[in-house]
Amino acid sequence: MTLKASNLTLARGGVPVLTGLSFVLEPRAALILRGPNGAGKTTLLRTIAGLQPAVEGEISGAADQIAYAGHADGLKAMLTVRENLMFWAQVFGRHDITPALDAYALHPLADRLAGTLSAGQKRRLGLSRLLVTGCPIWVLDEPTVSLDTDAVAMFAAAVRAHLAQGGSALMATHIDLGLEADVIDITPYRAMTTLRVGASDEAFL
Amino acid sequence: MIALLMRDLRLAFRAGGGFGLGLAFFLIVTTLVPFSVGPQPALLSTIAAGVLWLGALLACLLSLDRLLALDYEDGTLDLLLTAPLPLEAAVSVKALAHWITTGLPLVLAAPVLGVLLNLPGAGYGWLVISLAIGTPALSVIGTFGAALTVGIKRGGLLLSLLVLPLYVPTLIFGAEAARRGAAGLDPATPLLMLAGITLATIALMPFASAAVLRMGLR
Repeated sequence: MTLKASNLTLARGGVPVLTGLSFVLEPRAALILRGPNGAGKTTLLRTIAGLQPAVEGEISGAADQIAYAGHADGLKAMLTVRENLMFWAQVFGRHDITPALDAYALHPLADRLAGTLSAGQKRRLGLSRLLVTGCPIWVLDEPTVSLDTDAVAMFAAAVRAHLAQGGSALMATHIDLGLEADVIDITPYRAMTTLRVGASDEAFL
Repeated sequence: MIALLMRDLRLAFRAGGGFGLGLAFFLIVTTLVPFSVGPQPALLSTIAAGVLWLGALLACLLSLDRLLALDYEDGTLDLLLTAPLPLEAAVSVKALAHWITTGLPLVLAAPVLGVLLNLPGAGYGWLVISLAIGTPALSVIGTFGAALTVGIKRGGLLLSLLVLPLYVPTLIFGAEAARRGAAGLDPATPLLMLAGITLATIALMPFASAAVLRMGLR
């Protein structure tokens, strides 16, 4: 499934952050977003994942194909690792969580409550969720935060395996994963912040 | 959908899940009423149906603020939004889980607490029936309120202010049905009105909840 984004203008809280951004993500390819803090990486990823609408421009090939992993892992502290993964597998209509446990070495932790895991272990569990979704396009926002070098290698291996199976990945990261990936620097697409888009209701939130 | 229901039920029964909070609150409110009104069995039996309905309604309100807020905080809502499950179905399932963990225990406990308030013998059946028909509406409307306030820190009070006025029709017809039943009158009309309200909210509210949730998560 090819993901195409053309001429996107994106806003966060009524303030435009990115404008005129286009890219194509082919199957078996990975695309890495770079840019300083506040450049609009998260806004772009949330828009691609369908969590917010683009102000202008079009995204095609994204519907129901995307597994999104944001800053929060969506884990329940009072469920075990296995129960957490099983829940997401079932939401995506699947039942086999063994490959996901294998990929991130979670077997020894499988019956621990997610609330008792360390930050890096939680992150590994959050990333293993991508494997149980079965979605071809991964949209990842800073996936390697709080991972140690071993876990980063596990993540890189998982992404490589995913690409080899015909999947694709769009991610914002500052770490070199050793992947053959195109890099987009989104700094040049920064929008003029004096422009206001629509009415903002931030004051009430 | 079943996975989401099972997960919510499991979370409710684990530590910190809040199961039984509403029930305990209901118990305390209804035991406080005889203390504040005084030992007047005749007065208590006239107000029993109304007090039980009001207590059940407030107990339902108590657990609403954690219905979606917890899922919002740990990122589950964002991920559910990108999952193939329709959001309308997800909020319906969450309302159902709320009813099973809060509304249903209230329905079952109400006749026991009726004894404390000297509820007339004829009223027990109708009280349970009116609560069983009415409390699903409380959960569904409450889910809408929770969806409205989802992005707001400490939104619990605002949630109560938004939801309580929406509970008025359910309270009027529910308490009226229970009161008529207790007084030996025919409760059919208020019961039918109550059932109508419940069915309409179940049919319409999930769409409203999903719509405001999508806006709130932007």
